Amino acid sequence: MIPYFIKKCITLLLLLLLVSITVFSVLFVLPGDPAQIMLGINATPESLANLRSELGLDQSFWAQYFQWLAQLVTSQGSRSLNYDMPVNTLIVSRLAVTGPIALLAMVFAVIISLPMGIYAACRQNRPADVSVMFFTQFGLAVPEFWLGILLILFFSVKLGWFAAGGFPGWTVDVWGSFKAILLPAFALGVIRASILTRLTRSSMLEVLREDYIRTARAKGLMERTVIYTHALRNALIPVLTIMGLQLGQLLAGAIIIENVYYLPGLGRLVFNAIGQRDLPVVRDVVLFMAAAVVVVNFIIDLAYAYIDPRVKLK
Amino acid sequence: MSPPLLDIQDLQVDFHTPEGIARAVDGVSLAVLKGETVGLVGESGCGKSVTSLAILGLIPSPPGKISAGRTLFEDRNLLAIGPQALRRLRGKEISMIFQEPMTSLNPVLPIGRQVAEPLMVHRNLPRSAAMEQAADYLERVKIPSARKRLNDYPHQLSGGMRQRVMIAMAMICGPKLLIADEPTTALDVTIQAQILSLMMALKEESRMSMLLITHDLGVVAQTADRVLVMYAGEVVEAAPVTDLFDHPFHPYTQGLLRSMPRLGGHDRGRRLKEIPGTVPPSTETLVGCKFADRCPDAFDRCRKEKPEPAGIDRDHWARCWLFEFPKKRGVHG
Ligand SMILES: Nc1ncnc2c1ncn2[C@@H]1O[C@H](COP(=O)(O)OP(=O)(O)OP(=O)(O)O)[C@@H](O)[C@H]1O
Ligand SMILES: [Mg+2]
Repeated sequence: MIPYFIKKCITLLLLLLLVSITVFSVLFVLPGDPAQIMLGINATPESLANLRSELGLDQSFWAQYFQWLAQLVTSQGSRSLNYDMPVNTLIVSRLAVTGPIALLAMVFAVIISLPMGIYAACRQNRPADVSVMFFTQFGLAVPEFWLGILLILFFSVKLGWFAAGGFPGWTVDVWGSFKAILLPAFALGVIRASILTRLTRSSMLEVLREDYIRTARAKGLMERTVIYTHALRNALIPVLTIMGLQLGQLLAGAIIIENVYYLPGLGRLVFNAIGQRDLPVVRDVVLFMAAAVVVVNFIIDLAYAYIDPRVKLK
Repeated sequence: MSPPLLDIQDLQVDFHTPEGIARAVDGVSLAVLKGETVGLVGESGCGKSVTSLAILGLIPSPPGKISAGRTLFEDRNLLAIGPQALRRLRGKEISMIFQEPMTSLNPVLPIGRQVAEPLMVHRNLPRSAAMEQAADYLERVKIPSARKRLNDYPHQLSGGMRQRVMIAMAMICGPKLLIADEPTTALDVTIQAQILSLMMALKEESRMSMLLITHDLGVVAQTADRVLVMYAGEVVEAAPVTDLFDHPFHPYTQGLLRSMPRLGGHDRGRRLKEIPGTVPPSTETLVGCKFADRCPDAFDRCRKEKPEPAGIDRDHWARCWLFEFPKKRGVHG
C-alpha cells in the first residue's frame, strides 16, 4: 500500500508539472498582447513597453513560467485584467457554484445508474432490461442544454417550483442557492447516468459469467449476496474510472448548462475570459480544470487500491 | 442394498444456441451410493460439467435448460424442489469444486471470508465464529500458517493453495456429496497428487460420497470405486473400476484406455494414440449410435438403430450392438 501510494503521489506531481507547462506554453504562443488589451488600441508605444516590463512580458519563456509558478505556489496568484482582482479569488468564488453542481450531478448519476444497471443486468434481454436500455439511449441522444430547457419549462415555468435561472449566493440564501443548482445538476446527472448505466450493466453481465460467481452460487449464498457482495465489487472497478473522468470534467464547469441557467460558475468565467482576452484568468482557470481532472483521477487510483486488492502488488 | 444417495434418471439438458438446440446431456442416468466415489470420464465437450452443474441447478439459463429427467437426492427430486430449497442444499449437503482455482475464487474478497461464508449462510453463525472455524478448516487442508493468511487474497496464493482453499470451502459444512469437476487438471503433476490424496483423506474421515469428473483415467484408477464413461452427452459404459480397466467393452472406452499414458510414466510425452475423428455436433439428431462414425467396429445396424444399455456382467454394462454380435469385433488394440 505505501509504495503504491508514494508512486501515485510522484506521478501526480509530475503530471501537474507537465500540465502547467503545457497550459502555459499554449497561451504563451497565442496571439494577443495583454498589455495592448489593458491599455486599449490608443496606447502609446512607451506606455505599452512600460506595462510589458511591469507584467514581466519582456522576459524569456522560462523566466515567465517560473514567475507564474512561484505566484501560484505562494498563493498570490495572477490578477485578472478584466475584473481587477486576483484570479484565485475569482476561481474560489466560481467554484462555490461549480463544485456543488458537479458533486450533486454525480450523486444523481450514481443513484440513478447503479440500481438501473444492476437491475438491467439481472434481467438481461427481458422487458425491464430493454426499457432501461431505451432510457439510456434517450439520455445519450438528448443534448444537455435541451434537457436543461425542458426542465426549466416544466418545473419553473409550468409548476413554478424553481426560479428559471440565476444564483442568489450561498451567503445570501442557502435554500434558494440549493434550489438554483438542483435542476442543472439533475440535467447534468441524467446525461451522465446514461453512460454509467450502460457501463454498469455490461460490467455486471461480464462479471456474472465469471467462475467465482458460479462458486458463490454453488456455496448456497442468497442471490442478493451473490449480486451485491460478489459481483458488484468486481463490476464497479471499470465503472469507477469513468465516474472519475466525469467528475473531473464536471468540476471544470459546464459552459452550456451554466449559460442556460445563468449560473456564475467556472464554465461561464472561462467562456467570458476567452472572449475578453483576459489571459491570466484563462490560463489559471484552464490550469485549475486540468488539475481537477488529474487530482480526481489520483483519488480514483487510491480508491482502486481499496476495492481491488490486486492493485497494490503492481 | 440401501437406496443410492444420488440417483439421476434420464437427465436431458439443452442449450438454445443460434445454430439450434444443442443437447449437451442426452438421457444420462447415474447413481452414487453412500460413501462411494464415482468417476465420470470422457473427452472434452462430452457433457461432464453440464451434468454436474445440472445436479445443483447451476446451468446458465438462458441458454441452458433441463428438459427432462429426475435427480433424486435422498428422497427429494432436486429438479422439483424449487430454487430456494435447492439453494439451501448447495454448499451444505452437496458441494462442488471446480477446475480452475485461478478464476473460481473471488479476487476481491479475502480467502478466510470466502471459506467462512457457507457457515454464515447455512448455520447462521456470526462472522467471528465462522472465521474461527474457517481458520481451523484451512489448517486441516494444510495451508501453512493458515491463521495468518485469513486476510490474504486469492492472488497471493499458488494454484495448489487456492485449490486447498476451494476444498475447505466446499467441505466446511460437512456435505454428504462432493462433486469435483476436474479438481486437479489445472495443477502441476506433483501438486495434483497432493490435492488428490488430501481429498481422499478428507473423504474417508467424513464418509462422504464423491462424484469425480475427469478426463484423466489415471486419477480414476487411483480413486474411484465405479466409473462411467460418457460420449457425446450419453453414458456409454459403466463398470466397477477394476472391471473397466481389465475388460473395457465399448470400443470408445477401449480407445480411451489406449490413449492413456502408462501409469509407470516412462512413455509420458510420447505422442498419445488418439481416437480418430471428432464428436458429432450436439445440434444434430443422429439415428443410431453416436460413436458409429469413429468406431473401428461399426456395422450397418450401428448407423440405423440406437443401442440400449446391455449388461455384460453384474454392475457392468455398455451401450453397444457388439453385445449381440461379439464376432463382429475386429482385431486391434
Ligand atoms: N453456456 C453454454 N452455452 C452453449 N453450449 C454450452 C454451454 N455450456 C456447455 N455447452 C455445451 O455443452 C457441451 C458439454 O459441455 P461440458 O462443459 O459439459 O463438457 P465437459 O465434458 O465438461 O468438457 P471438458 O472436459 O472440456 O470440461 C459442449 O458441447 C458445449 O458446447
Ligand atoms: Mg468440464
